[in-house]
Amino acid sequence: MTLLDPTNRELIAATEAGLPLDAQPYARIAEQIGLSEREVIEQLAALKARGIIRRIALAPNHYLLGMTANGMTVWDVDDTLVSDLGRRIGALPFVTHCYRRPRAMPVWPFNLFAMVHGSDRTEVEAKRQELSALLGPACRQSDVLYSKRILKKTGLRLSRNEG
Amino acid sequence: MSNAKARSIVEFDELDRAIINRLQDGFPLASNPFDVVAAELGCSAPALINRLQRLIATGAATRFGPFFDAEALGGAFCLCAMAVPQDRFDAVTQTVNDRPEVAHNYERDHELNMWFVLATETPEEITRVANGIEEETGIQVLRFPKLEEYFIGFKVMA
Repeated sequence: MTLLDPTNRELIAATEAGLPLDAQPYARIAEQIGLSEREVIEQLAALKARGIIRRIALAPNHYLLGMTANGMTVWDVDDTLVSDLGRRIGALPFVTHCYRRPRAMPVWPFNLFAMVHGSDRTEVEAKRQELSALLGPACRQSDVLYSKRILKKTGLRLSRNEG
Repeated sequence: MSNAKARSIVEFDELDRAIINRLQDGFPLASNPFDVVAAELGCSAPALINRLQRLIATGAATRFGPFFDAEALGGAFCLCAMAVPQDRFDAVTQTVNDRPEVAHNYERDHELNMWFVLATETPEEITRVANGIEEETGIQVLRFPKLEEYFIGFKVMA
């Protein structure tokens, strides 16, 4: 939290639940926290420029839109090639959350994680084949972990957030 | 930003679809931002706001607003995994979920069957909490911190 001044923190607190659905949403936030509308817009633009705000947008419900299957695909990729290949996988339309993470030998040889979404498992498997083809011989082995159950899910909070 | 085609299981008309698709791309930082988007979509700002209210009320959209990069806000995060014996699964779930630092937790179809994210103020706290869970359960907590992120953006076409 040290990267944020008190105004930033107030602005984040005022918007983390979402923007007011009002013709002038930034003016409504400004009233709440005692700034001008222009200041709110400028501060939000600055947070966006710093990467603290990734984007201001609508989050659709994947499940209600029919994207009901998701698989965490994991890959054991040559360390010298993983960054370049990871970027290509992250750019694919059906992949979210693509990360390089450490292996945990001997139980976990995988260093590239890519979450794949589809309308069912058959579709996720087909996408997984596409990833496999893209990675080619740089990938030694792979697996997919389907979620069975959400055991806990907390909303977005200032100090506790999804990673 | 890239697109994925979704087969919708709720009913939307063309304007709903256009709104869902357009608003995933971003929202203007301007005094009358709905006017800007409504003009693009060929509807009025009040109609757009009305539709948006309904999309959120029906759960077709989960959130509308800024998306924060949690790490840029200064916290520490770590994906963790455990291989929990089936007969202890509920008890271990309770132990793990009771920690406020556990942001979310999923059961997955694998020998490593419990996957959760720790979110703390500092990296030291990640170690403390993960070690604490190990001590309490006697099960190893494997830690998979993010080393690199390949984030482009995901979009579901309605």
